[in-house]
Amino acid sequence: MTIQTSLGRRSFLVKTAAVVGGLSLGFRIPADDDAAEAAEIKEINAWVVIHPDDKVVIRIARSEMGQGTLTGLAQLVAEELECDWSKVTTEFPTPGENLKRKRVWGEMGTGGSRGIRTSHQYVREGGAAAREMLIAAAAAEWKVPASECTAANSVVTHTASGRKLGYGQLAMAAAKLDPPNAVKLKDPKDWKLIGKPLKRLDTLDKLTGKQVYGIDMRLPGMLIATIKACPVHGGKLKSFDAAKVEKMPGVKKVVPVDGNAVAVVADTYWNAHTALAALPVEWDAGKLGQVQQDDVTAMLKEGLDANEAFIGNKAGDAKATIAGAAKKVEATYKFPWQAHACMEPMNATALYTPEKCEVWCGTQNGEAALAAAAEAAELPVSKCEAYKLILGGGFGRRGRADYVRQAVLIAKQMPGTPVKMIWSREEDMTQDSYHPTTMCKMTAGLDAENKLVGLHVRISGQSILAALSPQSLENGMDSRVFQGFMPGGPEAAYGYTVPNLLIDHAMRNPHVTPGFWRGVNTNQNAIYMECFMDEVAEAAGQDPLDFRLKMLKPKYAAVLKATADKAGYGKKLPDGHFHGLAQIMGYGSYVAGIAEISVSNDGVLKVHKITAGTDPGYGVNPWLIDRQVAGSFVYGLSASLYGEITIKDGAVEQTNFDSYNVMRMDEMPEVETVLVPSGGFWGGVGEPTIAVAAPAVLNGIYKATGKRIRELPLMNHDLRKGA
Amino acid sequence: MAVLNVNGKSLEANADARTPLLWVLRDTLGLTGTKYGCGIAQCGACTVLIDGVATRSCQVPLNSVGRKKITTIEGLAQDSKLTKIQQAWLELDVPQCGYCQSGMIMAATALLAAKPQPTDADIDAAMTNICRCGTYKQVREAIHAAAKA
Repeated sequence: MTIQTSLGRRSFLVKTAAVVGGLSLGFRIPADDDAAEAAEIKEINAWVVIHPDDKVVIRIARSEMGQGTLTGLAQLVAEELECDWSKVTTEFPTPGENLKRKRVWGEMGTGGSRGIRTSHQYVREGGAAAREMLIAAAAAEWKVPASECTAANSVVTHTASGRKLGYGQLAMAAAKLDPPNAVKLKDPKDWKLIGKPLKRLDTLDKLTGKQVYGIDMRLPGMLIATIKACPVHGGKLKSFDAAKVEKMPGVKKVVPVDGNAVAVVADTYWNAHTALAALPVEWDAGKLGQVQQDDVTAMLKEGLDANEAFIGNKAGDAKATIAGAAKKVEATYKFPWQAHACMEPMNATALYTPEKCEVWCGTQNGEAALAAAAEAAELPVSKCEAYKLILGGGFGRRGRADYVRQAVLIAKQMPGTPVKMIWSREEDMTQDSYHPTTMCKMTAGLDAENKLVGLHVRISGQSILAALSPQSLENGMDSRVFQGFMPGGPEAAYGYTVPNLLIDHAMRNPHVTPGFWRGVNTNQNAIYMECFMDEVAEAAGQDPLDFRLKMLKPKYAAVLKATADKAGYGKKLPDGHFHGLAQIMGYGSYVAGIAEISVSNDGVLKVHKITAGTDPGYGVNPWLIDRQVAGSFVYGLSASLYGEITIKDGAVEQTNFDSYNVMRMDEMPEVETVLVPSGGFWGGVGEPTIAVAAPAVLNGIYKATGKRIRELPLMNHDLRKGA
Repeated sequence: MAVLNVNGKSLEANADARTPLLWVLRDTLGLTGTKYGCGIAQCGACTVLIDGVATRSCQVPLNSVGRKKITTIEGLAQDSKLTKIQQAWLELDVPQCGYCQSGMIMAATALLAAKPQPTDADIDAAMTNICRCGTYKQVREAIHAAAKA
């Protein structure tokens, strides 16, 4: 049997009409024809929709990129809603709908491990309000006071009479009620779903090929584009010779994009890709085209001793104390650019007409994607919409909307035709916004009793905000450079008590675009501080753990101690195995890591195990936290082992996984998560632990080899003894 | 016009003979479960079975396929019944973002067909697919679980 397949109109039925009867937000693919049913179903409130068959739809404002926030946020709503967890499904409201409804879903941005920690209150209140309305609807039906009714497992019960009504039966009536003025949230001791290791809600379609990522988007009549931007960031497109490729198979159009890029639009990706590769292009990189990696290093080095620097944390007089100290320790560290390398390359689909512009994409920031689409389309935001799809990895990269802008600028040159723009892996690797590069000079002074009395941390290097969000600088200072080093606050405060402290930043911004990269500035800051702490402890003649515990504030010390205990720190390890440790506070959580490593005689590093402690205040889903901790180490250790972006003639040299290696399964260490939630605050879990992997491993390497590795990646170092 | 044997069906594919199978599957046949990750056979996201052998479809030109049997992720479950490998993946909640998992499952399917009781070393050797989220531990556990099922 031969089946003629024609992709196009019948491949996916896509509903782009915004809202049907308050449900069915955005669109779904493939779509069930449930419009008739949907017209009957009203939302209880912005967060909760209940179908007559008891199906519960919980709206998720944040983006799901593998971190599990979709499941965790649903747990929070369902906890208060008192619904049957087995009936729960989720959907993403669109950014345009959020704006129309005066941001009823709050912030949609999904970065900085904020998904749960900045919305736990209002999403739980949403669930609680819906529960109260369902109870009120039942009470009205039975003509009894609501106070005589209770809700559990998607059923309201009148306690005295034993009468019961299911949520599906009550939903229509509940939707018509006014929401309660105030709701009381449960005491954490009464939680039934929060804190439970529930399975993810989004697994099945990822096992059968059904899950639609941005790159899988299809619309009737859609064309596919691929793009190449000037390899030197900041350079311009000078010219291209479209005539050379316009006759190639499938090619529809060759278009300039934003003055710095050119795209080929074709019927398939391969035809677009082949034509783009054959397209003669000239770039104008100007003087940036002469910048070499050594120039960047020299720029950063200069900042290490510069007079001017932004002060991020200060106590006493560090410089004078160090100058007069009994013992002085000094070391300089360096951290390279690293690529995000999400498995799904950047992409977006856009449909532009002079009246309307719609985009479909995986994004960590739906509202930024919408704003970028409107700006590129030169249309009011109210005439645009962004539909969020599941992300094939984000790690901070998809918080930027540069690729959305490009897709719209291409589609704008083909009005009425949907265009899916896909970056090649090479484009993804060379047009990333990289983990920023910095250097750091650490100087410590010990007194006669070997107590750390003065510490100067001089960071020199890139600011993400200066490049991506200059309006967020404070009098020129990027306070986020000091993640983990801040004097206080609930986010990223410095954990050690050092009487004379100076942490400052000489901002030096090379032309290569930096960006938010899982863990962001905690990554290098944890290496600088925690590796150097081992150096100072050694100078003080003390064990790294004991030395730290004397200076760490209580929550920091508690998590480090718990982690060390679990790892058996100080106890005998197998021959040739060594422990290294590190701690930091980031994204509102306190974390610590103990790495057990060995280095073979021929210099091969093996990370056997990482014991990772985390105190996020409350842990919503221990199973998913465990996955995030282990996953953060794969991402972080990949970078520590192999991650280095370098430039030559102003352009990024690494282009694909052959020149930018990442960790494979055979290198995966055992990870044991020590979850010690101390309650009373809500910290993040997607990022915090990533920062402790590298310094813990580096500190272990020193014990094994006597080598202080102060520059990443490790692949550049010979770990053989004596080498 | 090539006629391909995909998931037990004969499908016509109108594409240039040199087009990699990956893009024929995705763009011409609409089987988007097979993913593009690198285009140079490094990451394994595009893994399919060709006559039962795990193959990175980004490196397979259309004109080299002939009538060989191609199995993609969409062709594993029959009548919505998951294979024991998919079932193990489901029970152990393996995916995070999920993008690499089609390739992981196809590679694991070939591995278990060749070695029904693989050792950890067998798994390390066969499963060289890249996952950026870090599902490696769960992938390994799911392969062992499927081997026992």
